[in-house]
Amino acid sequence: MFSRAYRAAITVPPLVWVAVFLLVPYALLFCYSFWSVSVSQTIVHSWTLDNYRDLFRVNVYLQTLFRSMWIAARVMVFSLLLGYPLAYYLSFHAGARKELFYQLVIIPLWVSYLVRAYAWKTILGSDGVLNTLLQYVHVTQHPLDFLLYSPFAVVLTLTHIYTPFAFLPIYASLEHIPRNLVEASHDLGASPFQTFWRVILPLSIPGVLAGATFAFVLSLGDFLAPLLLGGPSGIMISNIVVSLFGAAYNWPLGAAISLCMLLLVLALIYLSESLEKKWSFR
Amino acid sequence: MATTTEATLARSSRVGAQPLLSVRNIAKSFGKNPVLRDISLEIAESEFLTILGESGSGKTTLLRIIAGFEDATSGEIWMEDQRLDVLPPYRRRVNTVFQHYALFPHLTVAENVGYGLRVAKLPKEEIANRVEQALAMVKMTAYARSKPAKISGGQQQRIALARALVNRPRLLLLDEPLSALDANLRRQMQVELKSLQREVGISFVFVTHDQEEAMVMSDRIALLRRGELEQIASPREIYGRPATAYTAQFIGHTNLLPGEVKGGVVRCHSLDWPVGLPDGPVLFSLRPESLRVVNSAAGSAGVNVVRFRARVCHQAFHGSTELLQVECADGLKLSIRTATRENWSGDLELEFSPQDAVAVRPSEERI
Repeated sequence: MFSRAYRAAITVPPLVWVAVFLLVPYALLFCYSFWSVSVSQTIVHSWTLDNYRDLFRVNVYLQTLFRSMWIAARVMVFSLLLGYPLAYYLSFHAGARKELFYQLVIIPLWVSYLVRAYAWKTILGSDGVLNTLLQYVHVTQHPLDFLLYSPFAVVLTLTHIYTPFAFLPIYASLEHIPRNLVEASHDLGASPFQTFWRVILPLSIPGVLAGATFAFVLSLGDFLAPLLLGGPSGIMISNIVVSLFGAAYNWPLGAAISLCMLLLVLALIYLSESLEKKWSFR
Repeated sequence: MATTTEATLARSSRVGAQPLLSVRNIAKSFGKNPVLRDISLEIAESEFLTILGESGSGKTTLLRIIAGFEDATSGEIWMEDQRLDVLPPYRRRVNTVFQHYALFPHLTVAENVGYGLRVAKLPKEEIANRVEQALAMVKMTAYARSKPAKISGGQQQRIALARALVNRPRLLLLDEPLSALDANLRRQMQVELKSLQREVGISFVFVTHDQEEAMVMSDRIALLRRGELEQIASPREIYGRPATAYTAQFIGHTNLLPGEVKGGVVRCHSLDWPVGLPDGPVLFSLRPESLRVVNSAAGSAGVNVVRFRARVCHQAFHGSTELLQVECADGLKLSIRTATRENWSGDLELEFSPQDAVAVRPSEERI
């Protein structure tokens, strides 16, 4: 139907883009993960499994990976707990205010990530807004030190940042529920709560899965929030990768960890997509 | 208007008993836009009532008010001694068959049918039995485990019906349930639906824009026009004795003849016949099938007829009948339904009985 030249013109540029900016870097990463670093700090281009062995032998890597997953899991749960009711309210009960609220949810996404992370620093610090307030109203005598430079701070900040990402797919799936199904449920004698439980929630599962995946995967790979707010106890796996590629100059180990993370994330996305398929009925 | 409504209301209570549902002075506006104006009607036990109207007549809104999906701006709805319009939809003993069926896509056919019983927390065995009976009633037992997406439109429609009836409602509302089906299936479903209604004895309120469908199925038809009740009567009566020009034209074909009554005789163009009406202008509805072609050799069919001559202008073949457009010498144009014949042409001798010309109230705007 279209000429050969036209088809080439629209398919070649994206293919080149994917090759240059995705396939080549991944191939390099893959190669690096099987190389090593010599004592004189040069890359040794001979194949070895040492990096993967180290990854599972050195406790700090696995511990940090598990801590990262634990942080990401909490962020996921809190984002869903915040995002779902918000999406439900907007989709079913906001009426004329729907557009306004939707924009209010979206606007924070336009604000730089760094600004939002720093904002939490000024709120949670020992001279921060929260501690000053708590002492002023005599709830506490001394600044609470678990607020900042802790996993708590990281979970709080990431939840704030990624809740819109959980909200959006949930909102989209709720918007797709035909309203006559809700009416049919009421018509058949189901109260609003029964209708939510038996009709709305099951039909919004694909959105919940997509939102959960976004929140989990994005927080798992985050490194700025732990860097700025995590302190030593809030270090995440990406911080280790950053330092391995930076000061530690151990690109091969960094590459090995990155590839493991990549596989983990791909497995999660695959799982979530197959579950989503199972829960969609059209 | 008011007088016909009262007259038909009186007629509807012919059973003597209290009506099942009474709609009393229901009005509804969306913003400043009035959709329903002062609708009052009653539905008897086991009655099949059709709410008929064009799109925008307010028929679906009226149904949604009865179901509880919309609140009326004013007026009341009563089911026997219980006021219905103050209850949420899930507390009304009314079920609905939706226009696009609204089956739950995540549930199987059997789970869809059992939904109302499950939310009512009936015992499991009872639910299973009643679902089975309901599926058997609509001949869908074989599809119990299918998902709605896997069955055809006609089958979905049966499931929607079973899902509503399994709850044994006092009243079943049907919102153009056949409009998505093709013509053949639609005619078949009309018959099935009507016999099912007789079998279960539940009152049906059926919304449609299709006057033929309304005629075939209903005990009574309530014709809505721009949010007002134009006429409510049995199909035979609404066809044979339309109250207004609008009704006469909306239900079937008709000829509208404007005339002038003077001293017990009406004069319409060059025709005249005796009537029992007071002096003044009058509008008659004369159905095309009330006009007969007179075989001049055989002579007149009766003495008390109006006879005239007209020229055939146009002929349309309708299968079992032929619809002719004729024009009289004085310019009066009429439609006539006759037996089929390949070539109607030239001048015809026509006649009709005066009692077939029904005086109707003029409607401001004709169709």
